[in-house]
Amino acid sequence: MAGAQTVSARPGGGASAAAIELAKVAQTWDDIVLALPSIHCGGCIASVERALEATPGVRSARVNLTLKRASIETTGQVTAEQLIAVVKAAGYQAHSLERDVLDAAGSDQTGKGLLIRLAVSGFAMMNVMLLSVAVWSGAQDATRDMFHWISAAIALPAIAYAAQPFFVSAQAALRVGRLNMDVPISLAIVLACLMSVYETTQHGDHAYFDAALSLTFFLLAGRFMDHRTRSVARSAAQELTALEVPRALLQNGTSVAVADLNIGDIIRVLPGMRIPADGVICDGASEVDRSLLTGETMPAAVTSGTALCTGELNLTGPLELRVTAAGSDSSLHRLADLVALAETSKNRYTSLADKAARIYAPMVHILAAAAFAGWYWASGDLRLALNVAVAVLIITCPCALGLAVPAVATAASGRLYRQGMLIKNATALERLAQVDTVVFDKTGTLTMGQPKVEDLSGCRRSDLGVALALAKGSGHPLACSLVAGIDAMGIAGADVSDIREVPGYGVEGRWQGETVRLGRMAWVGGRKSDRTATYLQLGRDASVTFEFSDALRDGAEQAVRSLGAAGIDVVLLSGDAPAAVGNIADRLGIKAWGAEMLPADKAARIAALRKTGHKVLMVGDGLNDTAALAGAHVSMSPASALDAARVVSDIVLLGNSLEPLAETLQVARLATRRIKENFAIAALYNLIAVPIALAGFATPLAAALAMSGSSISVSLNALRLVRR
Amino acid sequence: MNVLAYLIPVSLTLGGLGLAAFFWAVQGRQFEDPDGDGQRILTDEFDDRPKP
Repeated sequence: MAGAQTVSARPGGGASAAAIELAKVAQTWDDIVLALPSIHCGGCIASVERALEATPGVRSARVNLTLKRASIETTGQVTAEQLIAVVKAAGYQAHSLERDVLDAAGSDQTGKGLLIRLAVSGFAMMNVMLLSVAVWSGAQDATRDMFHWISAAIALPAIAYAAQPFFVSAQAALRVGRLNMDVPISLAIVLACLMSVYETTQHGDHAYFDAALSLTFFLLAGRFMDHRTRSVARSAAQELTALEVPRALLQNGTSVAVADLNIGDIIRVLPGMRIPADGVICDGASEVDRSLLTGETMPAAVTSGTALCTGELNLTGPLELRVTAAGSDSSLHRLADLVALAETSKNRYTSLADKAARIYAPMVHILAAAAFAGWYWASGDLRLALNVAVAVLIITCPCALGLAVPAVATAASGRLYRQGMLIKNATALERLAQVDTVVFDKTGTLTMGQPKVEDLSGCRRSDLGVALALAKGSGHPLACSLVAGIDAMGIAGADVSDIREVPGYGVEGRWQGETVRLGRMAWVGGRKSDRTATYLQLGRDASVTFEFSDALRDGAEQAVRSLGAAGIDVVLLSGDAPAAVGNIADRLGIKAWGAEMLPADKAARIAALRKTGHKVLMVGDGLNDTAALAGAHVSMSPASALDAARVVSDIVLLGNSLEPLAETLQVARLATRRIKENFAIAALYNLIAVPIALAGFATPLAAALAMSGSSISVSLNALRLVRR
Repeated sequence: MNVLAYLIPVSLTLGGLGLAAFFWAVQGRQFEDPDGDGQRILTDEFDDRPKP
């Protein structure tokens, strides 16, 4: 059924930045698909295609405006990251899409098969209906029999082909001794066909070929829409273990598999490498980027004696590490276990459709059986009793019910997709509608996660030139941001010689005969800033201070404000330092916030909120959020998030802005209301039609009218969602 | 009523032709991007000759 968990191994290589950075493996599939949330017209198509096709290694590129994505056929020599850069340079946002998401939402083989079955049943339905109208309007005797035979000749092969999905699913359910919606459907279709053939041979008045076909057609329409919004469930715990560095470098330079490391081994970690195993530094000084694990924006300085965790990124200097835990004991592995636990403990949500089916399927069978038994007992006529039972089965058959949920889900997710929200899970909308608390992560979610240098206009141009030359000598995030800031002012780098990076401190060089330094205050000297800052020392002059701040994500303020206005609690949980978190919380007006939270703390906080009856929407992007995302009622992550976080999320935010968040909640509530209205319509129709069928007054004409009437009204009700 | 002997096969054949045309269109991926196809006719590229 829809909620079944499929755990599949990802194809090697993958589009994960981390995986490429780690193993430097070439893309192993030659087809790349990018999501392009910001394209909207023919001009966009042309410029994106032109830019992509001009890239070496690209065989062909085709933009799909309806799905807002580009499929690129490559020779295998370019990575998704390079292509994203090309599209960004052309002025459009781009993200790589996971294969599984594509298979669910794209035009895959299953979808195509359903579409063709839909066409076959539609064609057969219309032709048989044409003949049936002649019968209903009074064709008699031989003419009527001939029309019935022609109908049978069209309907039987058409149904044998088109209704296969229902037969297969019903058979699978029966084999394990369960009842699903497809059992009454299959029974109704098969019985209606058999009964009609029998009636035709007996020169009877009524044949239900048209009903069997329209049943197939409407249900296939629902199935097709359902397929396009189907859920993609994959285990995020697997993604996490894939992040582990496979090999480590021993002290003597030999490379060994991480699995073979023993506690107490000394390993070497060069700048730019991720830490392969938990350990304590025994030699060297550097800075490490912990943002993946903790959400801290600023790299931390580390020296001998500091404990490091698997997955952290060594930035500046080589380190020697004494291993304290490796493989299944490492902190990354423990995090994966935590996520796996959250995934299994998350009580599986029963969708509205499943709830309805659970009541409905047995009820249909009981009613039909009762009708058969009652009429046989009352009249003793087997043929009449069977006819009434088939009529009941056809009339109660859940045409409108089969369309009620998929039609709404298609309309709602289409509307949200246009606003940059990719709904990955079929029940996400229903769960989203129940949300009363939103928990945000800070770094990378409410903020962009990249330090941005503050106002440079107060600095002398010559100072900036020196700073630029020095900053270019380092891969430190602050240096990179400084380079970007100064470059944007059009200043050329000064002629600084002997540039060398001092791990853990900064960059040093010689300029006009004097030593110049850019880096930490303790090393450079200067007036201490209480913000994130780096310092520049020019000879004997007073030092220059560059201050940085983490920019808020677009729309973060509006999103928080409109959530508050809608009466939804907003909580900010971050692994960052209290000052930084407090600052962001103040700027956004969030009252409830927590800082320095470990991944387990976040998950525990979510679990606590769950226990007190809150329905939590978690919005996060990092490794440290994965457990919380898995444990929350609904989860959402930006497209820039780590693979593991995106996989575990129900909704992916494709655009850069958080602004549509509040409207998404509103659309979700509206969608749930429409689904319930649709159930009411279907119930109302049954309330009128079932007594008529039970009384034995139902004719094929009445069945056809009621069936199409209810299906159309349900679809029209769903379409009201498309309008803004 | 003998006219039915012609008309019913004719109507089925015409309908069948429509169905076959639809199969052909699905196989030719003509339903994958309705919005984009509408926009593509507005670009100047390949106005003189079709895309190779």
